[in-house]
Amino acid sequence: MAVMDIAEDAVSASAETALAVSIDNIDVRFGSGDAIVTALKGVSVDIADGAFVTMLGPSGCGKSTLLRAIADLVPTSNGQIKVHGRTPEEARKSRDFAFVFQDATLLPWRSAIDNVKLPLEVGKPGPAHADPKELLELVGLSGRENALPAELSGGMRQRVAIARALVTRPRILLMDEPFGALDEITRDKLNEELLRIWQETGTTILFVTHSIPEAAFLGQKVLVLAAHPGRVKEFMPVDLEFPRHLAMRDTMEFIQITAHLRQLLEEC
Amino acid sequence: MTDIAQDRSANSGSSFAWFEKSREKLPAIIAVIGLIALWQGIVWGFSVPTYMAPGPFEVLGAFQENAAVLFNNFWPTFFEALLGFVFGNLIAILLAVLFVHSMTAERAFYPIAVFINTIPIIAVAPILVLIFGNGLAPKIIIAALICFFPTLVNMVRGLKAVNPATLDLMRVLSATNSEVFWKVRLQSSLPFLFAALKIASTTCVIGAIVAEWIGSNFGLGALIIEATYNFRSPLLYATVFTAALLAVCLFALVSIAEKYFIRWKAPAVH
Repeated sequence: MAVMDIAEDAVSASAETALAVSIDNIDVRFGSGDAIVTALKGVSVDIADGAFVTMLGPSGCGKSTLLRAIADLVPTSNGQIKVHGRTPEEARKSRDFAFVFQDATLLPWRSAIDNVKLPLEVGKPGPAHADPKELLELVGLSGRENALPAELSGGMRQRVAIARALVTRPRILLMDEPFGALDEITRDKLNEELLRIWQETGTTILFVTHSIPEAAFLGQKVLVLAAHPGRVKEFMPVDLEFPRHLAMRDTMEFIQITAHLRQLLEEC
Repeated sequence: MTDIAQDRSANSGSSFAWFEKSREKLPAIIAVIGLIALWQGIVWGFSVPTYMAPGPFEVLGAFQENAAVLFNNFWPTFFEALLGFVFGNLIAILLAVLFVHSMTAERAFYPIAVFINTIPIIAVAPILVLIFGNGLAPKIIIAALICFFPTLVNMVRGLKAVNPATLDLMRVLSATNSEVFWKVRLQSSLPFLFAALKIASTTCVIGAIVAEWIGSNFGLGALIIEATYNFRSPLLYATVFTAALLAVCLFALVSIAEKYFIRWKAPAVH
């Protein structure tokens, strides 16, 4: 019996290390008393280390809430979340993940490079970190290091936010509609660049979006959520090879995938 | 790069810029000259007696005649206003910081602060003169009191006016409360603080002068009372203009400090 327990533990431990995020039957509720709103109900999903997963769903399906629960910004009331085998709080404290918001949330009084350095100045940053200047190069902003956020366009600000997220070399990048407020041309360009960054850094990426083409183009898998209450509709693999290019969105394969996703969303 | 950002160094040649700038100010200069001319015209046209309302030239003459008196009374008022400004705002800022950190402190002291603000300053002045005598102290306290409330309200608002997403970001980074304060709250409160300091820079002069009316034999406030009772109208006007000049100087100093501390605010966007 004891031997079996140990063996089981070893199996589950090795399974957990291969998982970046493991979500087991979680509920998230907001409010209290009569005004309780169930944002997520019985959500379970495993996300492999190094994967690029996009999260898609109608508004109110709790896709942002799920991302925020992983980031320890929202408490769960049932079930558990493991981030590389640890609780979200432990993962947050050891900087396992970084978060990119819809709004770039740059500090307006800091230059681009100083904004990228912010995660190294607060909390308890680990010893391993990337070079801020190189990161700005990676996101295509070399030469604009000393520009203030007000002097940068919306797309450039979001690039700075991505560089800032990468500075602590996180194992997981949580992105909450990061390109939602950008125009389509800028968004397309950043989509391609994000895939390049993902391949260069090997970071696991969880990406919330409300755009069907964006979800299909970026994700290895698309997590489709249904609303009221928020629950998993389908965890669908996207059979498109990497590296992906914007032109692939005009192929029959891609159109079939987006058509299928649209159909799933209509059922939600 | 598809992204296009505005260019900061878009200013053209310097001589041209100077010409543009003075052209911007031209309407204001003409308006001031026009008003002074109108003033002189009314005084002449209706033969207004000097004791009732002096003309601009008589006021100018009073400036020349009483230069030493004005100068000697300028400094006490200046120091009262300045020290009141410093202490009143400092206490307001520290209290605002306390309020933001402690809900209990805010609940306990905010109503008291509101109450203090509702007492007319002219009614507090005699009380303070009775307690602190005829020296500089009651004047500084009154100048401080008048600065205190607007700064407290604005600073509390400023410290709380942080983008919620920025606070989420700081939480993801596991930043401590004091890190959030020094790295985020303090900087984002500065536009609010300077809005309050601009108000305070002129009201502190009012505070000092009101305090001097109640009981003083020095300062611009005392000079105003003396000139009024002796029907020395040109001197009265000269004193009033001196007081206004003092307020304008303090306002200008605050504006310069604001430009220095809030260089990050994009003028075109906000």
